[in-house]
Amino acid sequence: MFTILHLAIIAPFLAAVLVPLLYKFIPRIHTGWFVLIVPIILFSYFLSYLPEVSGTGSVMKTFEWIPSLGINYIAYVDGLGLLFALLITGIGALVVLYSIYYLDKHKEQLNNFYTYLLLFMGAMLGLTLSDNLIVLYTFWEITSISSFLLISYWYTKEKSRYGALKSLLITVMGGFALLVGFVLIASVTGTYSIRGILEASDQLADSPLFLPAMLLILLGAFTKSAQFPFHIWLPDAMEAPTPVSAYLHSATMVKAGIYLVARMTPLFAVSAYWFWLVTGFGLLTLIWGSLSAIRQTDLKGILAYSTVSQLGMILSMLGAGAAALHYDSIDNNAYTIAVAAAIFHLINHATYKGSLFMMVGIIDHETGTRDIRRLGGLMTLMPISFTIAVIGGFSMAGLPPFNGFLSKEMFFMSMVEITHFPQYSVDSIGILLPIVAWTASIFTFVYCMMLVFRTFTGKLQKEKLPTKPHEAPFGMLLSPLILVALVVFIGFFPNTLVPTIIEPAMASIMPELAQTGSFGVDIYFWHGFSLELFMTIGVVLLGTAIFLALQKWNKMHVIFPENRLFNQAYNRSLEGLDRSSHALMSWHMTGLVRDYFIYIFSFTVVLLLFSLFGTGAFTIDVENMVPVSPYEAILSLVLVGSSLILMFTRSRLKAVISLGALGYTVALFFVLFRAPDLALTQLTIETVSVTLFLLCFYHFPQIFDALKETKFHAVNFVISATVGLTVTLIGLSASGTRLFPAISDYFLENSYKEAGGNNVVNVILVDFRGFDTLLEILVLAIASLGVYSLIKLRLAGGENK
Amino acid sequence: MKYNDIILQTVTKFISFLIFLFAVYIFFNGHQEPGGGFIGGLMTSAVLVLLLLAFDMETVRRALPIDYKLMTAIGLVFAVGTGVGSFFFSVPFLSQTFGYFHFPVLGELELTTTLAFDLGVYLVVIGTAMTIIQTIGEDK
Repeated sequence: MFTILHLAIIAPFLAAVLVPLLYKFIPRIHTGWFVLIVPIILFSYFLSYLPEVSGTGSVMKTFEWIPSLGINYIAYVDGLGLLFALLITGIGALVVLYSIYYLDKHKEQLNNFYTYLLLFMGAMLGLTLSDNLIVLYTFWEITSISSFLLISYWYTKEKSRYGALKSLLITVMGGFALLVGFVLIASVTGTYSIRGILEASDQLADSPLFLPAMLLILLGAFTKSAQFPFHIWLPDAMEAPTPVSAYLHSATMVKAGIYLVARMTPLFAVSAYWFWLVTGFGLLTLIWGSLSAIRQTDLKGILAYSTVSQLGMILSMLGAGAAALHYDSIDNNAYTIAVAAAIFHLINHATYKGSLFMMVGIIDHETGTRDIRRLGGLMTLMPISFTIAVIGGFSMAGLPPFNGFLSKEMFFMSMVEITHFPQYSVDSIGILLPIVAWTASIFTFVYCMMLVFRTFTGKLQKEKLPTKPHEAPFGMLLSPLILVALVVFIGFFPNTLVPTIIEPAMASIMPELAQTGSFGVDIYFWHGFSLELFMTIGVVLLGTAIFLALQKWNKMHVIFPENRLFNQAYNRSLEGLDRSSHALMSWHMTGLVRDYFIYIFSFTVVLLLFSLFGTGAFTIDVENMVPVSPYEAILSLVLVGSSLILMFTRSRLKAVISLGALGYTVALFFVLFRAPDLALTQLTIETVSVTLFLLCFYHFPQIFDALKETKFHAVNFVISATVGLTVTLIGLSASGTRLFPAISDYFLENSYKEAGGNNVVNVILVDFRGFDTLLEILVLAIASLGVYSLIKLRLAGGENK
Repeated sequence: MKYNDIILQTVTKFISFLIFLFAVYIFFNGHQEPGGGFIGGLMTSAVLVLLLLAFDMETVRRALPIDYKLMTAIGLVFAVGTGVGSFFFSVPFLSQTFGYFHFPVLGELELTTTLAFDLGVYLVVIGTAMTIIQTIGEDK
């Protein structure tokens, strides 16, 4: 049954259709106001699912889309899906509100912007609320495509196009890997349903395809979530308008990879590879991203690398959480804290990073630059933006009393806890995990301070700013203010989220554990003088020292040289691909029709001869053949004669005439064999095509010049002789073999009964095989448009010269 | 140089109508006797080609100001439309039917849905042939 839930998922797509109309016909009102309605309604709708999904509950609605093929549209809402649905619609609503003030309704192409944005929103909802892997994959790719369109929104800028292409190539490459991974999983478990696959997880664990499928899916997730070394696309994606960066490239789309890892955790967590790959790459990305962020001078660049780094952090927690699935019950299972921390940080990251992106957008909008070397001293001019930056930045740095502090503590706790895990040699080298996490957090602290203090304190350099700075309008400040209010609220009352969102989401990631009892997550500020607290104090002290030193001591480049290695690898491989495919194409695509004929004919001949003799189909049976009548003999001679003339004549007119003779002779054959329809068609076709030839005369080169250069080509001769031979042999074999009764009897019998026509040929054409005819005329139409555009385009090009 | 095409032009003026009528006849009669949309369309294009040969492109264009690309498109709409029409009667795509009707002057006649489909074929064939010929002919 088609339910409201199904409608809710496709609602953004339906709304996307209306956007261009609204933009065109109601230009006085900013299109964003209409668009804003969609995420607000959807957000409140998904909120109503909270009670149903709490605990281990889930809602599943099936709409039989193509029942004859077993293709169903299954919407599935559980804790994890609902968390993402709320993020997508909630942040979506705030971003749309913000964009209304960010994008000018007179200067910008709002119809494009909002259509792409709604396209993305729908795809993201479909991705997270689907039970079918293929549906998930399809929506996955739609998010990549809408991201591409949004990054290249200001498509006149060279850098936008570069960034858009880069993100598309990298994420779609990962998407293909994902598809292959899904197909591998389905080939083992025999189903594409996620629910079904999770039930058959034992079957998959024993399969040799387990590891390849896991690696491919991780590749997909890592490219999407900008994990090292695929993180290179995210900084370039910052060319997109700031609302897009806040929405796609920090709050939602890049978290699709995290969603996938979380979804697949019950399936793969039994593997040591999964544990080490997810945790290892997560931590590597965390430290790489935070070190790169310090080097940035562009505010959005800092935020981009910080997003990369924070995504790595969430992934590493999910990886460490996989350890929890090695135990049968929740009691004494300390590793579940890592999963809780991952989900909690996912929410926190969306709130503070969203507000920071919007704050940076405001700075960019009101001062005209995002370069921290030119900014400074804005505190008194833009006090509200400063407040937003302080709350968002301090939360990201992990300072109390904000939500970032809580999840950072939980992160430390889970990294310390994991060193006690007795398997996978964690007890020997596992000590590295908390050390890396702690080091990365110091640098996280440093870039957060840069973000806040380099922008708002220090000396105001008015002469370096393109416009006179002033505070943004209230509408623009509203969205980030709501987000920082959430930052503070979650900081003080984190436990409101626990039973409603965090525990249901944990239940989706650890379904078997959830059956054994409640996770008992309790988040609070004061843990006593624990190791985590000292780690945080260390982060603050060392971080402050580095930040203060960094101002004068700009030698980070020496310690950590600007590493363009991966970007260069990307650019080089792109160039290489371009060059090699061009070389390959120009090697065989010569532009000469005779070369193409050689390819086509040799391939056809090889294929046909192979199957003719390879399957033993070759027979010559003369029994059923009628004797050749004198008429037929004469006509055959005419055929042979005219084709010989056609080949050896040096006059073009003679060639056309002999070609016409050839065609008319074939028409006579049809008459002899009593096929008036074919004869008529053949005659008219010959007439029309001779005229076409006459028209083309004008364009042909002089035939004599061409002939003088032509030598005898043995290869061509062999190919053409073989083609003739093959066709003859197949013709003989076909008439000598009768495996089935001819279908013509059926047509003769039923043509009048079923279709009311006496002319069997016509009935076949328009009724029995009407689909063929439909596609044939489609091909005709395309061919005519092809000729038209080829000739007209060439004319236009000629005039330009 | 001026060609003296007076015989061809005079003959064409009469004969083109006859061929065209024959083409239309063949088109309508296609379901029972040799003919149909494809042959009818080709024959109609042959008439147009004859006109092009006897007169010049400009004259024919003035006399018959038809956009053949549009004609192709309309033909496709007819052909696809008969296919889609099946959906309204809950039968598979491109299902065809027929029936016998009584007309005031013509008497009882068979009408088929395939005629609409065939009309599509007819228009596409003319449209395609004439688009190609006109485009190449104009390209000087």
